[in-house]
Amino acid sequence: MAGTAVRGRLTWVTATVDAMMDETAHVRTLVLSVPGWGGHQAGQHLDIRLTGDDGYRAERSYSIASAPGEPVAITVERLDDGEVSPYLTQDVQLGDEIEVRGPIGGYFVWEPVLDGDAPLLLAAGGSGVVPLRAMLRHRMQLGSSVPVRLLYSVRSLAEVIYRSELDEASDGVAVIYTLTRQQPPGWTGYARRVDQQMMAEVAWPVAREPLAYVCGPTNFVEAVAGDLVALGYPPQRVKTERFGATGTP
Amino acid sequence: MEALEDGVLDGNAIGGLLIELFGTEMTTAVGVCGSCGTVGQVAEMAVYQAKMGTVARCRVCDNVLMVFVEIRGITCVDLRVLASLS
Repeated sequence: MAGTAVRGRLTWVTATVDAMMDETAHVRTLVLSVPGWGGHQAGQHLDIRLTGDDGYRAERSYSIASAPGEPVAITVERLDDGEVSPYLTQDVQLGDEIEVRGPIGGYFVWEPVLDGDAPLLLAAGGSGVVPLRAMLRHRMQLGSSVPVRLLYSVRSLAEVIYRSELDEASDGVAVIYTLTRQQPPGWTGYARRVDQQMMAEVAWPVAREPLAYVCGPTNFVEAVAGDLVALGYPPQRVKTERFGATGTP
Repeated sequence: MEALEDGVLDGNAIGGLLIELFGTEMTTAVGVCGSCGTVGQVAEMAVYQAKMGTVARCRVCDNVLMVFVEIRGITCVDLRVLASLS
């Protein structure tokens, strides 16, 4: 097949930083005012483009952290060797302008109407929790009774993003942590990387026809998706989004 | 399907680029590998991003399906081994 470039309707627009919240020592949420934003779905992302004084450009994708209808928010983890995240987590000021393109994505999206009452299995590795949080907020917004289990793999409790929100998770939402590096005294939860035994304990039985969303670093996503398929989940019921070795999707 | 190595992205990562090029959401589009015949959604392809451009490969046979290179502000697209995309 041959292809040629065609001008799409999705273009870069200048967004303004309206609010900022620190989530952990390395993670910050930015609320953006995006002109002409046509609304988004839970699970979608947007692209951010920064242009240096010398014209050098860097582009990154970030999951949208807010539910449909809420102001656009992204949650960014600082990577010390990153080109974009140090600016977004440290240097950016309220009122700063950032180039944004979005919303993007139709695959890693929870569609409550289409997906019906299927129980949700959400699995997050580190900042992979961001698009899953948008799904949880969307569920709450809808007053949905779809049962949800969120398995959140994170190095320590201090690195849990949205901790207070997750602690107050509503009826029908179970949040299960696995703390892979550091556990508080008396911790009785999981304390290892995700494996098939853990997935067998946490995942909804296949007979309930669950729908799984898995987001995180590539090796995490590969492990979880592989385990779920081994447990009998049909591959098309396991939606995946990978953000490589480092960085936020 | 082969497991992806650490650091490799998937087709979600090129969603914005594809909307810009094709004018519509493409991560749910179904591509057929012209080499091994694997049928899969764009979101499930293996994506390698580098300064010089972006490459999408088949998850099964690793053949190059799509190449995107930006030259002087124009994105060149090569859908070389993609038998179909719809």
